[in-house]
Amino acid sequence: MKKILSILALIFTFIQARSQDVDMATGMRSSGKIYVVVAVIGVIFLGLVMYLFSIDRRVKKLEKKD
Amino acid sequence: MKENWWKILASVLVLYSLAGGLLIEVPALPILHESIRNLYYHVPMWFAMILLYLISVIYSIKYLASGKTNHDLIAVECVNTGVIFCFLGLASGMLWANITWGDFWPNDPKLNGSAISTLMYLAYLVLRNSVDEEQKRAKISAVYNIFAFPVMIVLLFILPRMTDSLHPGNGGNPGFGGYDLDNNMKLVFYPAVIGWILMGTWIMNIRYRLRKLENIENSI
Repeated sequence: MKKILSILALIFTFIQARSQDVDMATGMRSSGKIYVVVAVIGVIFLGLVMYLFSIDRRVKKLEKKD
Repeated sequence: MKENWWKILASVLVLYSLAGGLLIEVPALPILHESIRNLYYHVPMWFAMILLYLISVIYSIKYLASGKTNHDLIAVECVNTGVIFCFLGLASGMLWANITWGDFWPNDPKLNGSAISTLMYLAYLVLRNSVDEEQKRAKISAVYNIFAFPVMIVLLFILPRMTDSLHPGNGGNPGFGGYDLDNNMKLVFYPAVIGWILMGTWIMNIRYRLRKLENIENSI
């Protein structure tokens, strides 16, 4: 998991390394706070996915009972 | 766990698109600015909805051919889940429209088309609830569904193209694919679309299985 994450981070920084001139949120990016936002979204989404999996398991249990 | 591989794939793809959508470089365009990233979140909602409606119409046709109750149940749960994605698409689109086009609901043929098709599918659900007898309900709603799907396609994809529309790819507007959906964006956009389609199918699958259980319970 750590390996995958570091590879993903590498890809992102690689693709990010380009200049821009139209007004974009570069401040948020340079301060690194955007990663906090990404982490928060990731945590929320993973939580929802795990919840979905648990609902799935409960349905499966019901199906087995019949 | 083996038959769950596509659910894990869906989660990984969506998670990747959530992170990549915020981190990966996007073209710097006037008016859009950073809001171009909404492409990764707003558009896949509609793709998921259309695919769910497509599955629904396929199972409606299958129901008319086979008469199996389960086919009807898949059709209705597809619409139930599709409507959720439709409302998510509408809400996210309105927020995006407000900052780029200056109004939550500009008078755009694509928006009005989507409103009509939303009402059409809500009417499908109302129609189902208004018929008590099971076979009659399944048959009538299957026929309605088969008519609704092509009308939805016409409203969302054909009519907006024939007049002026604010949406890219419609009227005189070049599509996102034309010049601003560069390769970086495709790297996030396509996985997002596939991921959200699979997520929608997953939710539909759970709803269908629950409804099947309810159906068995009711018939005993």
